[in-house]
Amino acid sequence: MRTMTPPSPDGAASPADGGGKRSVLAEWQLALPLALAFASIFLAPLLMLVGVSFFNDEKITQPGFGQWAKFLGDPFSYKVIADTMLLGLKTVCATIVIGYPLALIYLDASPRLQKVLIFIIVMPLLLSVVVRTFAWIVVLGREGVVNTLLLQLGIISEPLRLLQTELGLVISLTQIEMPLMLLPLISVMSRLDPNLRDASSALGASRWRTLFKVIVPLSMPGLVAGCLLVFASSTTAFISQTVIGGVRLIYLPLLIWQQSLVVFNWPFAAVVSLTLLVSVLTVVSALSYLGRRSGGYVHG
Amino acid sequence: MQQAVKANAARALDVEGLSVRYGTSTAVDGVTLAIEPGEVVALLGPSGCGKTTLLRVIAGFVRQAAGRVRVDGATIDHLPPNQRNIGIVFQNYALFPHMTVAENVAYGLRARGLKGPEVQARVSRFLDTVQLGGFKERLPRQLSGGQQQRVALARALAIEPSILLLDEPFAALDRNLRLDMQIEIKRLQRTLGLTTILVTHDQDEAMSVADRIAVMHKGRVEQFDTPVAIYDRPQTLFVNGFIGTTNLMNGTVASLQSGTATVALDAGATLTLPAPAGLSVGTPVLMSVRPEQLVLSAVPGPGAWRIEPGLALPIGAQLVHEARATDGTFLKIIEPRRAVSNDAVRTYCTLAADARPTLFPRTT
Repeated sequence: MRTMTPPSPDGAASPADGGGKRSVLAEWQLALPLALAFASIFLAPLLMLVGVSFFNDEKITQPGFGQWAKFLGDPFSYKVIADTMLLGLKTVCATIVIGYPLALIYLDASPRLQKVLIFIIVMPLLLSVVVRTFAWIVVLGREGVVNTLLLQLGIISEPLRLLQTELGLVISLTQIEMPLMLLPLISVMSRLDPNLRDASSALGASRWRTLFKVIVPLSMPGLVAGCLLVFASSTTAFISQTVIGGVRLIYLPLLIWQQSLVVFNWPFAAVVSLTLLVSVLTVVSALSYLGRRSGGYVHG
Repeated sequence: MQQAVKANAARALDVEGLSVRYGTSTAVDGVTLAIEPGEVVALLGPSGCGKTTLLRVIAGFVRQAAGRVRVDGATIDHLPPNQRNIGIVFQNYALFPHMTVAENVAYGLRARGLKGPEVQARVSRFLDTVQLGGFKERLPRQLSGGQQQRVALARALAIEPSILLLDEPFAALDRNLRLDMQIEIKRLQRTLGLTTILVTHDQDEAMSVADRIAVMHKGRVEQFDTPVAIYDRPQTLFVNGFIGTTNLMNGTVASLQSGTATVALDAGATLTLPAPAGLSVGTPVLMSVRPEQLVLSAVPGPGAWRIEPGLALPIGAQLVHEARATDGTFLKIIEPRRAVSNDAVRTYCTLAADARPTLFPRTT
């Protein structure tokens, strides 16, 4: 080996011998600023949150498990957790039911139409969530677009109550979160080999068989990614939840807001925050586990 | 019983006056092909000549603007691809990446409503046919390119198609494997007696696999004939240039008698050759002659013209000479290496005794 290495003119050690350890150290040092930034702005507040949750009083002076006991001992808490998770699941289902066919339409569209469609899909992301949410108040209100239309068509005689109901909230969240479902779905689907559909068809499969046996399984990674994003985003969508849902529908983010900024019970707010974090993480990891199991082959 | 016999019989395929337009451009322009039962036909041409579009019309993926496709006399134009019972092997194989080899082969059978043991039996039979019996549980990505192609072939054959379509099937394989697969496909096709259409841009592939070749150019079939006839008697200048290597020499028709023309070559010789229709005295013509149909000689003679010898390259068992005629035309001459004698500088060229030069009218 030594004889093969040409001598370095300046006598410096060649990178092959002895340089390895130094370069590993250098790489590790390069990551340090980012690691420190993460630790200070992400990890530290999280640890503080955990710390704060273990105080019994609002002034944060007496350590103890009082707030956890209070929260976990109250049946109301479980109802709020369940409502929040259910809201997320319902929104995920609605975005799949509407988003998947939309993604299929996109896949079949001509390149020119695809450009228009992608603009329409991305456009909501360019608007503030607050603006989109208030737009939904106009649409869903007692004298809003939906009620006026249905009344004039004679389908209903009394205006429907859509605001401050879960239905109205799911409808508006479905629209608000739709780009998060469509973008990963479309990106995975448009990478599928178009010959697969032709091959399936030539082998005698109907369109439905092709859809369920070929396209759906192969688009699973995109679908799972979309579900994760929509779920995480809709369960924590404080603005939409409070503006459309009002104070009658209570979800975990509203509870956190009430406890921290209305009654100033920070330890209790910390308990609720951690509960939200853990519940969302649990569902998200379950979903991504399922996604990995069904979708691993695509990246292989 | 009658039906069983018919299911295994090879089908005739007729393409009649087929045209396909994409917007304003015509991809396929009035193509008519009568393909005999059990025949292997290669659609050969440069990229963009419409051969793949023609294949996709037969498979039902593309709708034609005009014309008909018939299988055993019955038109199939109204049928969607999934009711045509046509097997197709794609250039990239298009295996379902999430299914095992066995599931891929079973796919078409399940789509036809076959169940359990019957599917298993057929899958085993066709995987054994392509010598992949032991690979059932593998995923496509765990197979080599040649193995993937065998799976694609087994998948297409398992549905017992009436016609087999192969879209550039050997393009993605390396050289050695390509020949093996060509032999394999030819063997399978013979055994099963399947009418097969092969799309390719590789003339060697078309020559070795096909019974007849349809040479396509700009959406039209220029010539539809056996490989030997296409090589020896090209009907158009395009076919002449596309198939094999050829020399083109300028000349003028000096006289015409009953099917033969006397041509004065610009290079200086006068030759009497079979004349195609449409020539008259004084017509400028191109004479096309294959490199192996020219011989070099040291002495002048009747029908010989003077050349300036250039490089000689030994290629395998042959020697390829480059030469320049007096009118500036560059010629390639191929001769067997053992025939070469180094005793004299050979500055004359003439047609070999068995040469079959072709005349084409020259448009100036």
